[in-house]
Amino acid sequence: MFWKKTAAASAVAMMSATLPQIALAQEVGLDERINQAIAPISNVIAGTMFYSVPIAGTEFPLIVGWLVVAATIFTLYFGFVQFRRFGHAIALVKGDYSHPEDAGEVSHFQALATALSGTVGLGNIAGVAVAVSIGGPGATFWMILAGLLGMASKFTECTLGVKYRNEYDDGRVSGGPMYYLSKGMAEKGKPVLGKVLAVVFSICCIGGAVGGGNMFQANQAFQQVVNVTGGENSFLAGSGWLFGLVMAIIVGVVIIGGIKSIAKVTEKIVPLMAVIYVTAGMIIILSNITMVGDAFAQIFVGAFTGAGVAGGVIGALIQGFKRAAFSNEAGIGSAAIAHAAVRTKEPVTEGYVALLEPFIDTVVICTMTALVITISGELNSGLTGVELTSAAFASAFTWFPLILALAVVLFAFSTMLSWSYYGLKSWTYLVGEGKGKEIIFKLFFCLCVIVGASMSLGPVIDFSDSMIFAMAIPNIIGLYFLMPVVRGEVKQYWAKIESGEIKKVK
Amino acid sequence: MTDQPILVGYDGTDAARRAVEFAGKRATAEGCAIHLVYVLEWSPYSFLSTQELEERHQRRTEELSRAEETLKPALDALNKLKIPVTSEVRYGHSGELICKIAEDKGACQIIVGRKGGSTLSARLLGSLPLTLVQASPVPVTVVP
Repeated sequence: MFWKKTAAASAVAMMSATLPQIALAQEVGLDERINQAIAPISNVIAGTMFYSVPIAGTEFPLIVGWLVVAATIFTLYFGFVQFRRFGHAIALVKGDYSHPEDAGEVSHFQALATALSGTVGLGNIAGVAVAVSIGGPGATFWMILAGLLGMASKFTECTLGVKYRNEYDDGRVSGGPMYYLSKGMAEKGKPVLGKVLAVVFSICCIGGAVGGGNMFQANQAFQQVVNVTGGENSFLAGSGWLFGLVMAIIVGVVIIGGIKSIAKVTEKIVPLMAVIYVTAGMIIILSNITMVGDAFAQIFVGAFTGAGVAGGVIGALIQGFKRAAFSNEAGIGSAAIAHAAVRTKEPVTEGYVALLEPFIDTVVICTMTALVITISGELNSGLTGVELTSAAFASAFTWFPLILALAVVLFAFSTMLSWSYYGLKSWTYLVGEGKGKEIIFKLFFCLCVIVGASMSLGPVIDFSDSMIFAMAIPNIIGLYFLMPVVRGEVKQYWAKIESGEIKKVK
Repeated sequence: MTDQPILVGYDGTDAARRAVEFAGKRATAEGCAIHLVYVLEWSPYSFLSTQELEERHQRRTEELSRAEETLKPALDALNKLKIPVTSEVRYGHSGELICKIAEDKGACQIIVGRKGGSTLSARLLGSLPLTLVQASPVPVTVVP
């Protein structure tokens, strides 16, 4: 199966290139036992989720098509909203339409920043490298295309997230696919289907939270820490469970102990890390500006010829599409949970703001990573994953791998915190709210950190990807039913703008 | 009696109380009203966690009612002196907001207290009195 090859290739390459033996050294003792216990389960789940059909000599996973077709339909249905309303989205984020009376409430900027901190992370660093190392530079083109299309999916789901959120008497708000699926579908006269979709979504979201939002992150963070502390000779090599335990305790202190200071510190550092990463990337690109034209030429030629890529054009396309979806989560439904908290009377405004998310995540940051890798010439070095990105940046700044390792651990941590919240919301949707019930989920979440750090990468990626993509099935079915609701919101919003009822305050 | 009120920045601290006391004397002497402004520092561009997003509206309601309570003793004291007094609680950047409100209300002057700190951070980052002295559209009195 195509996907298996991907996972295996990245598993090998995630290990230090100079010390490939780590893979073996690690699979002993407790780590190995945890791995053996979990792997068979994740194999079955991944096998089902990534059911593939042969197209043009390569295996095409249906779920990737599902996401891209949905994104294309939303793009057409909303008349290329991502391009027509891009300027309006920027104006909303700047606060041009925010009433001064609402100061102190969650602003558009804050909702966007928080949602972004949940998506910008390993996908942008490691995922892109996996995509271009397997799919060639051409994968970048398809990744950008998927990112641009995904903006329409994000617009649709986040508008609904705000429209159908729950506002409790004590002032808290809770929103997300489980609420728009159940409430929105009930409005459409399909309460049972809505309820079923909401429950399936919640179950998948819990899986996604402990998979891609937790185990994958813990696993990658551990690999990086082992690499920078001496690779095979590291005192941590083969002790994933120990690293996991420490990480689990830190996560637990924040999500169970409610110690805000740690989360606060992370939240300050993570945007800084993102800025450092993007700045370093821009410097490399600008200092090699003469090669940028050539890099884009490689990207375009690769996209349509698929030269040297397993599976040709389709191979490049699958890699690009898959990594874009995994990175920006458009159509997955996760971001709608974060965006739902914004203070606005018009749900569609948050939809416009949310469409910037795939743009920043995929079209800007992922493309930058891909350009740096292509320019650096490290693409033929045989590396992939974080190692490839690390080597590409190191070709310009020798000290960069250390910064990157720190960034990976911090991104992993902040993504875990975001996903622990998404998972918790789904859990409480299923079992109801209550201190005891919430603690059970949080303890389970921490346990999964240990499991994730102990397992080898292949089964972790399989499990993570499959659970995150599984969320897209109930979510997008619901979006198809509810897209006329979004269109209605768009119409009445622009009528208000034209009549002058809503106007710029700045 | 003039219809230009004295604007007083208030946050419940001793410095703010001294400012109110001083403003009370000025208002009695000039026969004008007092407008108390309580600014809760806030930036729409700060970063919040998902949990904070969920609870923001609830917290804001709590913060507002706490601010109203903090204002009450000052309002009572001024009422006792038979000074017409109004108040408002706002979120935002204290310097910018107080200047803006002074303009909107047509205030004759601004009175604020000074914490008396000469700490390094106040010197480097500036303080509310310093900001007002530089940016205010009307005369500013800083009460030590």
